Amino acid sequence: MFSCKEVTQLISESMDISLPIGKRIGMRLHLLICKFCSRYERQLLLIRETVRRIAAMEDAYGSPIGEHLSEEAKERIRKSLGNP
Amino acid sequence: MANSANLDPSAWVDRYGDFLFRYALLRMRDRSAAEDLVQETFLAALKDRGSFSGNSSESTWLVGILKHKIADHFRRQAREAPLEDSDLREHPDPSSFDGSGHWTSGPTDWGGNPADLYREKKFLDQFMECLAGLSRNHANAFTLREIEGADTGEICKVLSVTETNLWVILHRARMLLRRCLEANWFEKGVKKGS
Repeated sequence: MFSCKEVTQLISESMDISLPIGKRIGMRLHLLICKFCSRYERQLLLIRETVRRIAAMEDAYGSPIGEHLSEEAKERIRKSLGNP
Repeated sequence: MANSANLDPSAWVDRYGDFLFRYALLRMRDRSAAEDLVQETFLAALKDRGSFSGNSSESTWLVGILKHKIADHFRRQAREAPLEDSDLREHPDPSSFDGSGHWTSGPTDWGGNPADLYREKKFLDQFMECLAGLSRNHANAFTLREIEGADTGEICKVLSVTETNLWVILHRARMLLRRCLEANWFEKGVKKGS
């Protein structure tokens, strides 16, 4: 049986690769009976999902809110494009 | 030639400046570095106008150039500051576990259904602060994996690390970010709309 410490590492790995079957089953069995580790997994997945949605929103062209280039930076870039 | 003739560089800064800046800032966490990269992207695009195929939109083409510049930036940072032992310490949060590997203080209940978090500007600010608090290698690995959506093979090449080391880095980054968000957002009772 894996310890909680080991399972947190496996949870992270399972978000990047497909775990070998033995590790996968061991992790799932642990998660069935461990409240903290299953909460940990849910929270990591929530962070992943939230970050992806933030990126999709921030990266959308024409998104009216959020960060802007300063006017000085725009002016500087315009100039550099005029005299490449 | 007909395709690149459709480009209008004089309008680029007004049309795409903010868009590219937001893209760069989310990944680089540094305003002046992000501004510089936007400028470099436009200059590279101007020089390389012939490569615009017209199959994609102008904005997609420009973002493609910016993505390469960001990867170069991470590559350069990885060369300048290679991995340290502290980046790879096996357990980033040793105080959370006892000697036999059980939680001493487990993750707390974040309550409700926080699925709308992505809409909150204040959460984004807190997230960026937590991300900036990680070591540069951790933050860059997390950014490439979760914001950029790169696969681990690509990330290993950009950061010059082995796959085994990358798993440790990502594990550590996720654990520290989770703890930072728990302490500074969820346990402070910063609720949506407040």
